[in-house]
Amino acid sequence: MAEPSPAAPGNIWQMLDSYQPAPIVPDELVDAHGDLRPAWNDFLQYLSAQSPAVMESLFRRGDTYLRDSGVFLRQYTNEVSRERPWPLSHMPVLIHEREWDEISNGLKQRADLLERVAADLYGENTLVRDGFLPGRLIAESPEWLRQLVGVEPPSGKYLHFLAFEIGRGPNGQWWVLNDRTQAPSGAGYALENRVATSRIYAEHYANAKVLRLSSFFRDFRTSLLNLRRSPDHHVAIMTPGPYSETYYEQAYIARYLGLLLVEGEDLTVHKGEVHVRTVSGLQPVDVLWRRLDALYSDPLELEEGSKLGTPGLVGAARRGTVSMVNALGTGVLETRALMAFLPRIARQWLGEPLTLPNIATWWCGQAKERRHVLENVEKMMIAPALSTRMPFDPDETTVLAGQLKSSVHPTVQQLIDEEGTWLVGQEAVSFSTSPVFADGRLQPRPMSMRVFMVRTEDGWSVMPGGFARIGPEEGSTVLNMQKGGSVADVWIVSDNPVDTHTRLSDGTSAMPRARQGALPSNAAENLFWLGRYVDRAEGFARLNRAYHSRLADAEPPGSLLLRHLSGYMKFIGLDVADAMPRALVGAIDATSRTAGSVRDRLSPDGWAAISEIVETVHADKGEVTPGDETARRMVWLLRESSGFTGLVHENMYRFTEWRFLSLGRSVERLMALASALASFLHPNAPEGALDLALEYGDSTISHRRRYAFMASRLSVIELLALDPLNPRSLIFHLDELKAQVGALPGATENGHPSEVYAQTLRIHTNFRTMKAEAIDTNALLDFRAQIATLSDALGQAYMS
Amino acid sequence: MLYDIVCTISYKYRTPVWAGRHLLRFTPLELPGVQRAVAANLNVLPAPSERSRFRDFFGNQAHEIVFGNAHSEIGFSLKARVERLQHRLEDGASLALDEMPKALDRIQSLAPDSPLHFVGRSPRIRLSRHLGDYVEDRLPFNVSVLEAVRTLGRTLNSEMTFDATATSVETSHEEAFEARHGVCQDFSHIMIAALRSVGIPAGYVSGFLRTKPPEGQPRLSGADAMHAWVRAWCGPDLGWVEYDPTNAVDVGEDHIVVGYGRDYSDVSPVKGVLKAATAQESRQAVDVIPLETAS
Repeated sequence: MAEPSPAAPGNIWQMLDSYQPAPIVPDELVDAHGDLRPAWNDFLQYLSAQSPAVMESLFRRGDTYLRDSGVFLRQYTNEVSRERPWPLSHMPVLIHEREWDEISNGLKQRADLLERVAADLYGENTLVRDGFLPGRLIAESPEWLRQLVGVEPPSGKYLHFLAFEIGRGPNGQWWVLNDRTQAPSGAGYALENRVATSRIYAEHYANAKVLRLSSFFRDFRTSLLNLRRSPDHHVAIMTPGPYSETYYEQAYIARYLGLLLVEGEDLTVHKGEVHVRTVSGLQPVDVLWRRLDALYSDPLELEEGSKLGTPGLVGAARRGTVSMVNALGTGVLETRALMAFLPRIARQWLGEPLTLPNIATWWCGQAKERRHVLENVEKMMIAPALSTRMPFDPDETTVLAGQLKSSVHPTVQQLIDEEGTWLVGQEAVSFSTSPVFADGRLQPRPMSMRVFMVRTEDGWSVMPGGFARIGPEEGSTVLNMQKGGSVADVWIVSDNPVDTHTRLSDGTSAMPRARQGALPSNAAENLFWLGRYVDRAEGFARLNRAYHSRLADAEPPGSLLLRHLSGYMKFIGLDVADAMPRALVGAIDATSRTAGSVRDRLSPDGWAAISEIVETVHADKGEVTPGDETARRMVWLLRESSGFTGLVHENMYRFTEWRFLSLGRSVERLMALASALASFLHPNAPEGALDLALEYGDSTISHRRRYAFMASRLSVIELLALDPLNPRSLIFHLDELKAQVGALPGATENGHPSEVYAQTLRIHTNFRTMKAEAIDTNALLDFRAQIATLSDALGQAYMS
Repeated sequence: MLYDIVCTISYKYRTPVWAGRHLLRFTPLELPGVQRAVAANLNVLPAPSERSRFRDFFGNQAHEIVFGNAHSEIGFSLKARVERLQHRLEDGASLALDEMPKALDRIQSLAPDSPLHFVGRSPRIRLSRHLGDYVEDRLPFNVSVLEAVRTLGRTLNSEMTFDATATSVETSHEEAFEARHGVCQDFSHIMIAALRSVGIPAGYVSGFLRTKPPEGQPRLSGADAMHAWVRAWCGPDLGWVEYDPTNAVDVGEDHIVVGYGRDYSDVSPVKGVLKAATAQESRQAVDVIPLETAS
């Protein structure tokens, strides 16, 4: 990396020369006179000293970081979910601290107002009674939850963590576009964006007067912990699961904050209190940062069909034993039509106007407002009144700039006349622009921004920064924002040096990441199956390699040995008709799926390794020719896979989660190897089957070293079944199994083994005391069945 | 009239289920001036590991029951004594149907009996122009809301066939209306959807019906199981009026109220979440016996 040369002032102007924002909207980089805004001064000076080639390499640094840490965007198109590279705009949005303070204060006022509205809607309902809110709108909102009416949260507060989408309008004033009160997403993305930009501009950022984000996250974690009733109770993030759009972010922030990440089925309500099912039994959970919409959080009292929730959760909330961040039912505050009434409520309750107004909104259920919307329809976006989605959500707008998007009504007039109660008109705002770096130069793009805040003991703490959305092309209307685009970091620039202390924990509030044994049973199950699937895929690949390498050596498919081998493969579900058998692809997909479900527990490198295997295997399908090419593919697969297992096993703290992974591997290995030996050591197996067994057991070299003669039935059994020093043998994995089960929570109580541990010990002793001669096909199949039973028993005891 | 009510709801599972959590709503309500719940006892078998109760938003009594152990049979049985008082409607107090939108605009309440909860869609009710037309085609000009309710109830009753086997608790009101058959739940859902489609606030009432008719009167349909009917809001003066479309009668002394809701989902007698879902068979037995000696 070239050391940045001292900036020549001329360079900045050169950069700005071709930067031509539209005159009708404000721009974040330059003011109305085309002068650089002061917040950007240092940064632009740094930038202008870099050559285009250096800039490109800096950007690549950020992209590589994002790719390596597995940051991606999940998008749903036509019901198919796809992961796409994170669309980071390399240019952050810079805002001066003074201006930021104004924004923050405006948002704090708004947050306090929303808190009071929530308390009123779930309490006395004076707003409806006194005519400040139309009762019908609330009564018909799917987010106003009657089940929670009269239920006061344990902390007395409904809102603890909020996000606001804001944008700057034509007159330079910031507007609130949307309140996110239910389960705001994006704080983790803001953090990832910051890590990426701080790497891109590492040389500049280290000393830049840019406010750091860590204090905000420290506040956030402290606030969550303070909501507990007892210090040994848990705080958990409740996720809708790995298929959620923002699962990556949830897993990331769980790891960053050191909190449990749980799904609805990890939780259970016991004696009116929420618990997490762990491998050590039920443990109390006092605080749920919920990333799941309230409606889906309890199939007993809310959405009956929900598979994401926990039955009884509403009951626990009713009893006040669990704090929800935010309280169930707060989604009603996101209702679009509420924006039409908040300004008046603010004047009434606070005695002052909102200092940060929301975009002008008219509820078409009122005659005067309806007229206004119709008369100004060209400047309006008309959308469902009860919608809680973002104003630039493309599926949401019914009418934009006088154009009906699709409707059974022939005209806007008719639409509003008939459906007015359910519609709002909102001013079709334009956005300020901020620079992106494209085609080698800075170019203006429309921008909106998400700001986060958390309630602390000293009031609201606002994240000094945020998450900006950048429109894909010039023109700053809502329409442009709807087309998608990129995301950017937001830097709050101070005039003074900033605290660069970035560690999350300040030592006084250090908390162990997770309590001993606090491994949710579901996570344990996923880890167990991850261990099994990886090993299954490897076993399949080994058999497939054995088959195709023999084909490559010109052995005819009809030979006794290949017929025996393909027969066995078919028996376990591997069809040699496909060079890349479906069962193998299936095992790899299952590996990826289970790995995805415990993503908060895997290293990013491990995740990257498995993603690469999946991608390659799917790209290969149907295109690999049998014989040599397939054999080489299998060699590659085994190498990559051992890379993955290496990363996972080497990097995982030797604790309960690692034990389940290891257990899965040993169980799978024992079952697969016992079954393969039963076939290859069968008295009727053709010549060459013993070598096949050694090859499958990856013990050809060990055998050559230990037994200076041709493989015999006995020597193969000695090495693959009974040799405790061979890490590929049955006894080796049986020893491993015994050790791991013995170390699980509750394996021995008062010196007595638990049922499942006793079962393990019996199997172990039986096998250990067997003579080599007695190990025949029947004994092996019997042994396999015992392991299968043990696997079920482990599942019963720890994973359900 | 004083009644003794015995109601048993039982489930049998093919394989044992565990970790069941249920919400029960089938104890009669206390309604000042209308209904007095003298005594009620809800027995649950097997013995639940947890049991508690609360009043839900609409004021219904809900019991939350948790079974901690595996079980293959559940039985809930209610024994209750209820006094039901007769009350009469004054026809003149009903609002004219045309006045309804204005009357609703004046409502500034979200209290449980506010008509605002009962005008739009709810989990089991969808409004439709089709249903709205169906109602309007059958109403005279300048009709009062009460007349509209009764006319619609009578019309539905005469056009539909009571058939205990044609539908299930999951059947949508659209399906049932299309086929013009069903049980009290279907009759009620169709009527609620139709009333709301013409702007009349309407809700669902679950309850019991006197099993044996008085001398010389026919036995009412739906008395073998829990019953359901409709209530409609007839304006600020008359308020809520209950009507039983399955029998085409105004609700009177023969009906005992258990729960009020927007539709079945708010008042279903047994809601449950089981850890493992296996095939189940459920039975319901109801007896509502008037205590002649007590009157």
